[in-house]
Amino acid sequence: MAITKIPVGEAIEVLVNWIEGNFGVLLDLFSDATDYMISGLNDTLLLFPPIVFALIIGIAAYFIGKKDLKLAIGSTVGLLLIENMGLWVLSMETISLVITSASLALIIAIPLGIVSAKNEFAYHVIKPLLDLMQTMPSFVYLIPAVIFFGLGNVPGLVATIVFAMPPAIRLTTLGIQQVPKELAEVADAFGSTPWQKLTKVELPTALPSIMAGVNQCIMLSLSMVVIAAMIGARGLGYQVLIGIQRVDIGQGFEAGLGIVIIAIILDRFTQHLTPK
Amino acid sequence: MLTGDFNIKSEKKIEVRNLTKIFGKKPKKALSLIETGSSKSEIFERTGQNVGLYNVSFDIYEGEIFVIMGLSGSGKSTLLRCINRLIDPTDGHILLDGDDVATASSEELREMRRNKMGMVFQNFALIPHRTVLDNVAYGLEIQGMSKEERDAKGKEAIETVGLKGYEDSKTSQLSGGMQQRVGLARALATDPDVLLMDEAFSALDPLIRSEMQDELLALEDKMQKTIVFVSHDLDEALKLGDRIMIMNDGKIAQIGTAEDILTEPADDYVSRFVAGVDRTKIFTAEAVMKRAEPVVSINSGPKVALQLMREHGISSIFVVNREKHVEGIIKVDDALKGSKEGKGLRDIMSDDVTTIHPDTPLNELIPIIENSSPLAVARDDGKLIGIIVRGSVLGALAIEEV
Ligand SMILES: Nc1ncnc2c1ncn2[C@@H]1O[C@H](COP(=O)(O)OP(=O)(O)O)[C@@H](O)[C@H]1O
Ligand SMILES: [Mg+2]
Repeated sequence: MAITKIPVGEAIEVLVNWIEGNFGVLLDLFSDATDYMISGLNDTLLLFPPIVFALIIGIAAYFIGKKDLKLAIGSTVGLLLIENMGLWVLSMETISLVITSASLALIIAIPLGIVSAKNEFAYHVIKPLLDLMQTMPSFVYLIPAVIFFGLGNVPGLVATIVFAMPPAIRLTTLGIQQVPKELAEVADAFGSTPWQKLTKVELPTALPSIMAGVNQCIMLSLSMVVIAAMIGARGLGYQVLIGIQRVDIGQGFEAGLGIVIIAIILDRFTQHLTPK
Repeated sequence: MLTGDFNIKSEKKIEVRNLTKIFGKKPKKALSLIETGSSKSEIFERTGQNVGLYNVSFDIYEGEIFVIMGLSGSGKSTLLRCINRLIDPTDGHILLDGDDVATASSEELREMRRNKMGMVFQNFALIPHRTVLDNVAYGLEIQGMSKEERDAKGKEAIETVGLKGYEDSKTSQLSGGMQQRVGLARALATDPDVLLMDEAFSALDPLIRSEMQDELLALEDKMQKTIVFVSHDLDEALKLGDRIMIMNDGKIAQIGTAEDILTEPADDYVSRFVAGVDRTKIFTAEAVMKRAEPVVSINSGPKVALQLMREHGISSIFVVNREKHVEGIIKVDDALKGSKEGKGLRDIMSDDVTTIHPDTPLNELIPIIENSSPLAVARDDGKLIGIIVRGSVLGALAIEEV
């Protein structure tokens, strides 16, 4: 006699249906709001002529990178190369998606990280969830995103947020937990309120670790935004996808190169913004 | 050691009553075992509960330096942290100016911490990415004081600890000694009555440590704060402490002045603790001097001097003026000669007198006293307060060698 299969898949299906039935309005609202954010940012970025944008980024890189000329020139040349390959509009779309999803991911992740550092119970709930999220193949997130939000940028964004949060949560928690015990005692001994302790002692001390989390969150966002092209997210990932479908090595490679350039710029910028 | 005009037995500043701290989730179990006389290690083995403090009661007086001493793990830090409740006591009370810290609401506790108690930490615990000034002004900042005002007060505190000019430095660029000055300034900035110092100088080089100890004593002379100082170093305790409390396994082994503890150790634990001390560094001229009498007035004559020497069976006598300042010394032979020849005291006395300060440690006296007549002990104002003869130094050392 065969052992009955436990209906894991079926249960998830029921859950998804239930959420859709009961929270449909909220999902629509979220969908409209994020769509608006992405396209708003995208339109803003496209206001700049590519050459101007490339120069602005170059100058910003020069100052953020503490007069690092190599980074400044590299950024500008990289962006101009993107324009030259005819990928400018797609790149701006990708950047809009990355910035929006990474920002939303951080808005959720950093407070969650703080809560799990402060609260034993929260820690024990969040920790296994993070383990699960980080071992789950990224494609799996695409399925519920599609079910709830259909095809397009928004489900891509949702999948990206979920995928990019874990390291930011983890590193925020770690950063706060690693604040030396004596420093936490200083905050208390001088009569700080819990909020003063958090904002004046713990967060500043944990900042390097939190910024490492921010960096990882942005990099993961970029990689997921590309994959999300499979469910209709626009941008460079879409171009890569077309390249694969048509077995067009040239087109796929160009789009891939564009992604690498954006990745390097985002990575260096966030690293330089991290205090020593 | 602060002796002299220090007014011990003044107001009680902190009263600790039946303070107990058990680390662990089942303190009741540990408590019932302690009551049956089990030791700290037995209790830990049987229940996993760690006895930090057990039934500790004592008082700390206003304006004194109270040193808590003991081996590592004896509960010093736990006790200190119960005073400002960084550690919540399992049982007992800590009265600060009569208000119970142990039962204060979080609001009341915050007020006490902000206004009445400052703390200095072993590893300095300066907030990174803040300048010296912003570290020092931290306590003022969280009180909601305006930037202008707290900067002014912060600068004052920085000047007090001798770091003027370093206000805008990063703390990581400073040496250990300087970092701890910042820590001290931070504690002083809010002008608290009580300073809690946990092994505050233990992380410093011996030379710097000794310098910081001297400065703390100098500061204390000016400010008269109540200082609770935790140390595992007996020499430090003896140097700083007006009174010293020795702890053993979470209990009090002895409380007393440095001399109490050296001369009358309460038990074997304390005896072993003090066995290695170099007593000549601890005892001062004041501790071994005899009262400054008899002395002879400069206006009297050799006959009076002879008479006094005969009465007291001594062979020399100090000559003093009206203000009791030492003018010279007369030996019995010279007095005899002078009295026969009808000379005045001024003509026959020798002004070759060694005058020392009452705080001079014995080890510095030994070489002086070897080949000299009696030493005069005088305060800063020159007034003679005591006499030291060779015998009294050796006598003091002999007793203490036992
Ligand atoms: N947070 C803690 N949890 C468990 N045990 C502790 C804790 N803090 C201190 N103890 C124990 O309490 C005892 C006293 O520690 P402590 O006050 O730090 O000693 P000291 O400062 O004299 O070296 C030690 O046995 C120590 O292991
Ligand atoms: Mg300690």
